[in-house]
Amino acid sequence: MKESDVRQGTLALMVLKTLDVLGPLHGYGIARRIEQISGDLLTVNQGTLYPVLLRLVQEGSIVSEWGASENNRKARFYRLTRQGRKQLQAEARNWEQTAAIIGRFFAAKGPDLK
Amino acid sequence: MRGLRRLFQRLTWWWAAPARDEALLRDEIAQHIELQTAENLRAGLAPEEARRQALLKFGNVEAMKEIYRDQRGLPVMETLISDVRHAMRRMRRTPAFTVVVILTLALGIGANVAIFGVIDSILIRPLAFPHAEALISVWHTAPGVPSLAGGVGVTPSMYLTYAQQNRSFEQFGAWRSSGASLTGIAEPELPRALFVTYGVLDALGVKPLLGRWFSQADDTPGSAETVMLAYGYWQRRFGGDKSIVGRTLTINSTPHTVIGVMPEGFRFQHDPELILPERFDRSKQFLGPFSEQAIARLKPGVTLTQADADVARMVGIWLNDWPPNPGLSRTIFQSIRLGADLRPLKTEVVGDVGTALWVVMGTLGLVLLIACANVANLLLVRAEARHQELAIRAALGAGWRRIARELLVESTTLGVLGGAAGLGCAYVGLRLLAARGPDILPRLNEIGIDPLVLAFALGVSLLSCALFGVIPVLKFAGPRAGTALRDIGRTFSQGRDRHRARNTLVVAQLALALVLLISSGLMIRTFQQLHRVQAGFTHPEEVLILYSGIPPAITDPEQVMRTENDIMDKLAAIPGVASVGFGSVGPLQPYLGGRNPVYAEGKNPAEGQIPPLRQIRMIAPGYFQTLGTRIIAGREFTWDDLYGKHRVAMISENLAREWWGDARAALGKRIREGGPADPWREIVGVTQNIYDDGVQAAPPSLVYWPALMDKYIWGGKNGMAIAAGMFAIRSSRTGTPGLLAEAKQAIWSVNGRQPVYLITTLKELYDQSMARTSFTLLMLALAGGMALLLGIIGIYGVIGYLVSQRTREIGIRTALGAEPAGLLRMFVRQGLALAGVGAALGLAAAAGLTQLMASLLFGVTALDPVTYAAASALLIAAAVLASYLPARRAIAIDPVQALRSE
Repeated sequence: MKESDVRQGTLALMVLKTLDVLGPLHGYGIARRIEQISGDLLTVNQGTLYPVLLRLVQEGSIVSEWGASENNRKARFYRLTRQGRKQLQAEARNWEQTAAIIGRFFAAKGPDLK
Repeated sequence: MRGLRRLFQRLTWWWAAPARDEALLRDEIAQHIELQTAENLRAGLAPEEARRQALLKFGNVEAMKEIYRDQRGLPVMETLISDVRHAMRRMRRTPAFTVVVILTLALGIGANVAIFGVIDSILIRPLAFPHAEALISVWHTAPGVPSLAGGVGVTPSMYLTYAQQNRSFEQFGAWRSSGASLTGIAEPELPRALFVTYGVLDALGVKPLLGRWFSQADDTPGSAETVMLAYGYWQRRFGGDKSIVGRTLTINSTPHTVIGVMPEGFRFQHDPELILPERFDRSKQFLGPFSEQAIARLKPGVTLTQADADVARMVGIWLNDWPPNPGLSRTIFQSIRLGADLRPLKTEVVGDVGTALWVVMGTLGLVLLIACANVANLLLVRAEARHQELAIRAALGAGWRRIARELLVESTTLGVLGGAAGLGCAYVGLRLLAARGPDILPRLNEIGIDPLVLAFALGVSLLSCALFGVIPVLKFAGPRAGTALRDIGRTFSQGRDRHRARNTLVVAQLALALVLLISSGLMIRTFQQLHRVQAGFTHPEEVLILYSGIPPAITDPEQVMRTENDIMDKLAAIPGVASVGFGSVGPLQPYLGGRNPVYAEGKNPAEGQIPPLRQIRMIAPGYFQTLGTRIIAGREFTWDDLYGKHRVAMISENLAREWWGDARAALGKRIREGGPADPWREIVGVTQNIYDDGVQAAPPSLVYWPALMDKYIWGGKNGMAIAAGMFAIRSSRTGTPGLLAEAKQAIWSVNGRQPVYLITTLKELYDQSMARTSFTLLMLALAGGMALLLGIIGIYGVIGYLVSQRTREIGIRTALGAEPAGLLRMFVRQGLALAGVGAALGLAAAAGLTQLMASLLFGVTALDPVTYAAASALLIAAAVLASYLPARRAIAIDPVQALRSE
């Protein structure tokens, strides 16, 4: 797996979670939210978000609609679909399991590993 | 699942307006940056700085767009499409080049696809019967009688034995093709009839379209007479009338009830129009005669070898079970030493046309190779013109793969277009062939383009692309292409190796062209030799041939002969008719005649041996005069001979030589047919040989009896006359419908509307006998002509290109005082050198390859020096001309212009 794939996967999951929590958002909104939550941990270029959004649209996890932004301009809003929600749940579970396993692994003392 | 959906999305999006999407993305990015800027402003940054920070935060817009685009559609497809679009644009800009390339390929590919279509439908596709692979024809070998080397069929008694005793056939039946007169209708006729025993149609397994098949009862002598119609005849004669089943037709003067119609796709040997039951009276059968052919469907799992053994076993049973024919002994039948010779039905239907077809396919393959070489050369020229551009692109970092792909895309586009055009050509060609193809091609009506042919067309197109596309790639997009940058300028004269590829291609082209020229030359020589053969008749175009008979009510032989004599007199009275002949069978129609052993007095064969079979003809006076056959010794029959029942005979020259060494020596000798049952007849005349089996084969030995005889081995008590036969009419009006109509009226005025059939001219029969040679000749001549043309275009192109590349050098040479004639010689010499090398290679290749067509040649060897010399001379002359024309441009160059053009 290439590094970018990992990052794209993580980013996709964050996008899905953001839309799940906040409802329909435009690209900038999603970027801001991810930034706020993850702090500087994910100092991604905001631009890399858009290919991820495209990919999610192609996969049918989110759909885009046109709406008005806060500065009253036409903007593209992304909304989670039912399939996206299912995907989020599945991946979140997956993620938690992985995190738990990794956590236990690192918590284990030297002798346990032998 | 999601991946699939995504791929589908990408596929569909890749069509949908990419320009609009691009604009939307741009808007979205602008919006994003604007919002971020606003945010930054609220955070207290100066407007300038706020925007700068926003842009920084967003990152590289173009890089992101690139990723976005790649994800959006299918980048591989997109570059491919854009490459194709580029290629098309370049092709549109040089229409002459494009048209030449596509036409060249279309001809080359089209010819190959067409001939493959023919080969596919004739040789590859199974016959149009269910499980056709299990169908076999039952033949026998006859090593005891050398003249029966082609094999013998079955006798009626054999059919009866085999049908009962066989262990390996699912179905078995005997058949024979003949004519059957259909009278009692406006124009009496003699449709082609197939006589079948029970079992033939079942073996073929084709169900009737209307009505029923023959049952075993239809075979029983004495039961009601029945007939089936073939689809074509039913349509043509009865307009596809469905109520035909149950109607009664008068066939061979007996009423027959129509019981069924065969479907459209039903095909059989000799293309029958009527199918009639063959009825054998078990109580009246002897061992002979071998009048039938037999067909069988093998039981599942039975091999040809097993079936052969089965038949060999049954031959023994048959020899014991049946009495020999009167006048013949069982020993004679034993001495034939019959053995089994089962053949797949397809082999028999296809016949010996395979060699000719494969030779034609081979030559057309060579034409395609030449066409590819030509196209490769043209592409090289173009790539050379783009040399500078390609080198610069390589230097700027374009990967050689990318450039190679572009070149390949261009050649593939040309190849696919050429292939499509070729498929069109092939379709038209096959239509033409199916409509008016030569008789030598069996299964013509099955010819068409099926998936296999389409696959072949695609394969051939792609293969050609690979052939001609790879060469420019190797030359200009190889990993070292970048180094070519240094010799971009036209200031440098061109390196020798730059021409090597082009020269090699031209030499190969010329060599292949020479091979084809030589093969077509050999066919032309064959054709000449065939025409030089004295076929045994003169001015065949003047001789109208037709068959008719006398009413079946007339049975007395003398009465039969007098009626036929009346018809001859009526025919002779038609204005413009020079002479009329009558006989059992005309020339070049050996399949209509019979063969029997003939004995010569004092030349007894070994005990129990059968003398060789001879073609037998019964003729009336005027036969030879009308055909134009010379009498070598003695005289022709007279009416006195016939009505006086003189026991006389005539033989062909080769038979006279065989028996007595000389034509004159044969006069007065006596011969007879079959055995002691036949009286001795005295030879009164010896005729020129008639090439009855076609001029390509040795003339058969012929024996002529009078058309009226008082005693004959196969005749009745009152003697023998032929009830139906051939009338030959020599007239300057032959070929006009008027003569035919008058001839028919003359015949009908005497015989009361008996059918007139097998209408043709001697010329047509003669042409048909050479049809295979003419077909091969035509195909090879076309291929040879195309090859020569392509080869010449190739050499013209090379020399023309050389001249244009060396304009500056020529200018300098002229300025320094070079003679125009010297310059001309220089270029022509180069062309000649190429042609010389090509011719040498071509001669060597031809010497090997033409051996493959040896079986098609006649009167000329595959290494005929005249043909080889003439073809080489033609090639070299053409090459000189093709070099001279562009070279003339060189000497027209004005040195001042040439030097200034740098």
